[in-house]
Amino acid sequence: MKYVIIGNGTAAIACIEGIRSVDTEGDITLISSESRHCYGRPLISYYLLGRIDEAHLDYRPRDFYIKNNVDAMLGVTAIKVDPASKAVTLEDGTSVPYDKLLIATGSRPFVPHADGYENVENRFTFMTYDDMKALEAKLSPDARVLVVGAGLIGLKCVEGILDRVKEVTVVDLADRIMPSVLDAEGAAMVKKVLDKKGVTFFLSDCVSAYRDNTAILRSGKEIPFDIVVTAVGVRPNTDLAKGAGCDVNRGVIVDERCETSVKDIYCAGDCSEGYDRSINAKRILALLPNASFQGRCAGINMAGGDEKFTNAIPMNAMGFFGCHELSAGAYEGECISKVTEDTYKKLYVKNGKLAGFILINDFERAGIYTSLIRDEVPLDTVDFDLLIEKPQLLAFSAADRKAKLARKV
Amino acid sequence: MKRIYVNEQHCLGCHLCEWECAFANSGLDEMFKLKGKFGTEIRPRIRVEGEEKDEIHFAVNCRHCTSSICVKSCISGALSRNDDGMVVIDREKCVGCFTCVLVCPFGAIMPAADGKAAQKCMLCTDNGRNGEPNCVAHCPNGAIVYEERD
Repeated sequence: MKYVIIGNGTAAIACIEGIRSVDTEGDITLISSESRHCYGRPLISYYLLGRIDEAHLDYRPRDFYIKNNVDAMLGVTAIKVDPASKAVTLEDGTSVPYDKLLIATGSRPFVPHADGYENVENRFTFMTYDDMKALEAKLSPDARVLVVGAGLIGLKCVEGILDRVKEVTVVDLADRIMPSVLDAEGAAMVKKVLDKKGVTFFLSDCVSAYRDNTAILRSGKEIPFDIVVTAVGVRPNTDLAKGAGCDVNRGVIVDERCETSVKDIYCAGDCSEGYDRSINAKRILALLPNASFQGRCAGINMAGGDEKFTNAIPMNAMGFFGCHELSAGAYEGECISKVTEDTYKKLYVKNGKLAGFILINDFERAGIYTSLIRDEVPLDTVDFDLLIEKPQLLAFSAADRKAKLARKV
Repeated sequence: MKRIYVNEQHCLGCHLCEWECAFANSGLDEMFKLKGKFGTEIRPRIRVEGEEKDEIHFAVNCRHCTSSICVKSCISGALSRNDDGMVVIDREKCVGCFTCVLVCPFGAIMPAADGKAAQKCMLCTDNGRNGEPNCVAHCPNGAIVYEERD
């Protein structure tokens, strides 16, 4: 059996592990346009922060490909997938045949059009190791940095560089930071931490043009800068799948086996669009754990197993300067909230089940809440009052506790 | 592999396992020296559930579960399963994002005392106790046991 994997991120690595849990013999070829050994993509900000060194960026040990008998073609770009001849074409014209293919091409930063942007010398995005290294080379104690986008990527970048530059200004179109993950109240709490650190925000605003090293905002405000980092969002890399004839909506459509509409082509990670249980519909969930679950599921199925991934939900754990925000699911239904000056808990209950939650600085054992969402536990089968107080297994029935704690799980 | 299992009926909620865990992982030579060392909290890797007023108590630590959702979700590769099936954390690789805390259905992984990394039960393989869990060794009631089960 010949397995080919395009990509070298979380989904690709999990796919290798999934394949090898079933098939220890088959040939695995991995093709990645990035030349670095697999790394934890979200770690790039921790590297800039000085929390980890170069070696600790590695997502798996250096002998991972050898141990798993993977032919890793790093720094090589796949340009075409032909499902008729079952082969991947590389940029140099080489053809790599496959029996089962995983497309795990991830996503790329979206850079909105703004006049004059192309003329800005120090312009960066913040997604890959190379992006990070290019940005790092320009950091200096005198540098004024403009970060466009107050989402997770933009703000993790801010955390990474803040102490290495003179000042950081953040602009976002939304009226609050991390609008896709936090509500107004939670966002305000986290923003306070960043304000205190000296980050300047311009919200409900955007860059309409760049004039040399000055950003002109829609509001008319002018921001001089030395470096601009654009982090307003990502777009899935779907071209290869599209060219192969796979059904593509925003992302590459996959079923619960992480298979595309084209036979023997699987897809996982940020480029895929699978079922999200929390909204009962398909959508892209560009989150690392999701890429891992999907990649593993795809790998097992590619190797002849029968795995289904049916309980995808949004899950986010973020931290800025020691302030941690954990969230999961959908913020719909009745809201039970417990908010103090610097801690925050909101639980959302819908149709007798936990639909979602947001926790800030009060997150111990949050996974018990997450499991209630993923397992769709009816709240009348647990002591929900105890759970509102804090996540605990005491809220489950004696039989459930026994199953969790007195047996192999 | 041998795992720690809970015998709920035998647990009196004495919290001795928490002290023994914190002690075993502290590097201290006497348990009483834990007093005040970490402020009011000793940050054990095992936690007893049930308040004093409650009738039910039991201890919870890492189940070393076969699905290991923490390992799959870890953004840095700090969490892994070793050849025996034990879930292992590499503190040096952990960046303290706490995605593992977000996904563990048992609530058995938590921030370490310095808040910069996660910590979890390593079955006393990482603290000079030669894989003899100190919590089990000192439970006076057999409320936690260390054995093979299916």
